[in-house]
Amino acid sequence: MGEDTDSTPTLNHRGFLPDHNYVTEADIISTVEFNHTGELLATGDKGGRVVIFQREPESKTEPFSQGEYNVYSTFQSHEPEFDYLKSLEIEEKINKIRWLPQQNAAHFLLSTNDKTIKLWKVSERDKRPEGYNLKDEEGRIKDISTVTSLQVPVLKPMDLMVEVTPRRVFANAHTYHINSISVNSDYETYMSADDLRINLWHLDITDRSFNIVDIKPANMEDLTEVITAAEFHPYHCNLFVYSSSKGTLRLCDMREAALCDKHSKLFEEPEDPSARSFFSEIISSVSDVKFSHSGRYLLTRDYLTAKVWDLNMESKPLETYQVHDYLRSKLCSLYENDCIFDKFECAWNGSDSVIMTGAYNNFFRMFDRNTKRDVTLEASRESSKPRAVLKPRRVCAAGGKRRKDDISVDSLDFTKNVHIIRHAHTHAHILSHSQEMPKTHTYTHNQNSYTPFHSLLNLLLSLPELKGPRQG
Amino acid sequence: MEVSAEAKRIMVVALGKLYSSRTQRGGLRLHRSLLLTLVMKSAREIYHAAQATAESVAPKCELQHPTDEMIAEPAGAQGLQSPASLPAEEPRCTGSSTELRREARTHTSAENKENVCPPGPVQHSRKRRGKTAAEPDFLPCKKAKLEQGNCPQQLIVCSVLNDYVTCSSELRTAPTPIPVHTAIAAC
Repeated sequence: MGEDTDSTPTLNHRGFLPDHNYVTEADIISTVEFNHTGELLATGDKGGRVVIFQREPESKTEPFSQGEYNVYSTFQSHEPEFDYLKSLEIEEKINKIRWLPQQNAAHFLLSTNDKTIKLWKVSERDKRPEGYNLKDEEGRIKDISTVTSLQVPVLKPMDLMVEVTPRRVFANAHTYHINSISVNSDYETYMSADDLRINLWHLDITDRSFNIVDIKPANMEDLTEVITAAEFHPYHCNLFVYSSSKGTLRLCDMREAALCDKHSKLFEEPEDPSARSFFSEIISSVSDVKFSHSGRYLLTRDYLTAKVWDLNMESKPLETYQVHDYLRSKLCSLYENDCIFDKFECAWNGSDSVIMTGAYNNFFRMFDRNTKRDVTLEASRESSKPRAVLKPRRVCAAGGKRRKDDISVDSLDFTKNVHIIRHAHTHAHILSHSQEMPKTHTYTHNQNSYTPFHSLLNLLLSLPELKGPRQG
Repeated sequence: MEVSAEAKRIMVVALGKLYSSRTQRGGLRLHRSLLLTLVMKSAREIYHAAQATAESVAPKCELQHPTDEMIAEPAGAQGLQSPASLPAEEPRCTGSSTELRREARTHTSAENKENVCPPGPVQHSRKRRGKTAAEPDFLPCKKAKLEQGNCPQQLIVCSVLNDYVTCSSELRTAPTPIPVHTAIAAC
């Protein structure tokens, strides 16, 4: 557990890995999450490290612009482990990070790899006690005979130090790989979901958890779907939703039974038989599910589309957005190079009027639900100056008319994959990068990487169309 | 015939991916393996449909019963080499899968089980040996050491392979629905 007092404005992992100026796979960012106020951003990478960024306070001269993000703390969350019983290595890659709502001066976050969830406390220390009677300045025990008077230790200011300490370790509850964690609105419990089971934990209790969903069939040969994502309702602490590889969503009510195998609602869109292909099952697998802030809608992402569902309508989605339909004719190639297994995330903006999701080639897509307008933006090194305006991009399908500055489908770079998370208040969204198969990625924790994540982070505070009036 | 050629290619690629995922760090990825077996199933159905519409298909029952000894690729290749239709054989499928599962549960030594021919519902003779040996790309000589963690992987593949490799002596016109995609040992 490293503490990092690094306050330099640039990303720097070289302090941890001194002989390492190139990008390694361990630097690849695998998950990103803002805290509830948007002040802190936590990123996890494949090497098991977590880097927290903090937004600088707004400057007085520009009251409506946000400060930039700088590194706040870095620590090693998970280490590689070995399961001796199964002869399997457990990856240290951070799969998900979730912040707890802030209740005091300290911040808490949950980070998880494939098997173990950890609760971390992030606290600041800017004072230290001085004037001990029995210890000297260096902490050595004083010789009693030299103590002639007594003093009361006083707190003196010191350089700000950010301490990250592990508070809980929730281990040995998952046979399969954990893909989601979600903190409940009761602020006491959270759930962790793996491929076949979902467990409910109490944040203070680490030696047991309750299994609330188990879709493992008695006969594993009958396995037809796995759980791909799960999330608690934003304010009904008894409701949660989980998505499956078949493209279905299940809403469960924990009041109905201890084991929520039987869903309260099943959201499923009937398959279009004319669109059937070899890869129909793969592209219908839901990679992410998010409740809207209002709690009324669900946003899901599968390989080619993003869908908004109304909790009151199970038969079909309310809206379907084509994220990159030009890939539909290329599914076979994407299958061969493994891209078809990539998982994208999605996000709502603060007012639930815009949804956003990532795509390839550093693109991300935003869809305005009211005006039905959509835009494709590129997050790239060229435009990664702070406050630069991102230019909308267009991808033209094969054979279509190509305008200047358009990108043709065939020239898309599938190694640049974008991952979306939401920002709490100011509607700005931030991108990270994530992909299932190891490939060369753009965003990493390493300063020498192709596009340093950090500079991109500060760029995106000025996204067009999303910058609404300050609220609250 | 393009469809069946593409279906074949997809199946081969899927098998390759399943096979290589055995050595992947972090162990078996259940979701990915499931998707791959579903793709294989899709391809298999489409392949079969394409074959069924073709003219006389060699009804020769070229098959090797997928015992534990078989590695994914060779068996898959065998299945694809055969132009015969590849309907599912439910009993056999279940039979050998049950057998495989039973082995996993009893945690018996891998080597012993590999060489044991599963008794019971297995009926088809192993006619495919010669063909296997003739196929240089997929040398099945020795099955990789079966580790506990790799059990699931083996079982997935073997069970699916049942679908591909087994065929009956009669030409079937319609594929029977496949009840089984995967056989994954209980962890």
